Amino acid sequence: MEKKKIIEDLQQKFPDSMLSATEQFGDDIVLIRKEALLDIIDFLKGDHYAFTMLLDLTCVDYLGEAERYEMVYHLFSLANKIRLRLKVRLTERNLRIDSLTPIFKNANWLEREAFDMFGVSFVGHPYLRRLFMYEGFEGHPLRKDYPLRKQQPKIPLRN
Amino acid sequence: MRGKKGPFNGSVDCSTEKMSKDIRKGGFITTTFNSLLGWGRKFSLFQYPFITACCGMEYMSVACAHYDLDRFGMGWTRFTPRQADMLLVVGTITHKEAPVLRTVYEQMTEPKWVVAFGACAVSGGIYDNYAVVQGIDRIIPVDVYIPGCPPRPETILNALIKLQEKIQKEGHDWKWKRKK
Repeated sequence: MEKKKIIEDLQQKFPDSMLSATEQFGDDIVLIRKEALLDIIDFLKGDHYAFTMLLDLTCVDYLGEAERYEMVYHLFSLANKIRLRLKVRLTERNLRIDSLTPIFKNANWLEREAFDMFGVSFVGHPYLRRLFMYEGFEGHPLRKDYPLRKQQPKIPLRN
Repeated sequence: MRGKKGPFNGSVDCSTEKMSKDIRKGGFITTTFNSLLGWGRKFSLFQYPFITACCGMEYMSVACAHYDLDRFGMGWTRFTPRQADMLLVVGTITHKEAPVLRTVYEQMTEPKWVVAFGACAVSGGIYDNYAVVQGIDRIIPVDVYIPGCPPRPETILNALIKLQEKIQKEGHDWKWKRKK
């Protein structure tokens, strides 16, 4: 399958939602608008490209930039053996994005992780609760403005 | 026989050969009850391994045939803290796990000893961040610290022999309590 074809197809089908397309280490990276995320992933998962596997879903904090957070979705097509990386930029003020759980079941825990570490709200997630940190933990530890050594012990420490 | 106190006077070497010779000749052994208890306890340490990270591999090699902890009288692993004397904290302890470790420690009956095994248990190791307890002595009292990432088996054996020396020397209470 031609790789260039994916970008062209996406640009044809979603002309308003494609912001940029680059390539790194032989894999395509596409920056899209967040409103079109579910439509684009639904299209990519369809029979033609068959990106049936969500390898990973994570968030990056670019502290100081206008659109501070960047969601990254790693897709893999088992049938065609190609990878695709989708990126969506989010602002601090509106840190919400559609949940991928209706399309990929494994997005459930991955999104809970992103919520736990970065505080991104996933609209439509069935059970958006912290995954790693415990009840009563305040803040989101992987944000760049979380104090580097700030600890929140669960039990009183001895000394 | 070394000294007037007999063989249980704090030395690791019990010189059993000479002892049995003396007994055959009709001799007898004198010691203090305290050092007898210490001698008995240091050679029957039941261990509870609390393993959370990669140091566990090193623990396995020490506990199994290659380095063989059983030579030193601490080969018996107990899988409930209620039957154990020695808590081996092997690996990184996070704040989320801290209450679990403290509960395990509190479940152990007196007398009990704690070994911090590896850099993470000693000081948090390389993980100086939001998640990791900076040394398990922030949660429970520790008797022996073993540095290393991970420690060599020889280091561990040395540390455990040091713990045995400590147990031999410390004050024991025959009512199953450790004197403070």
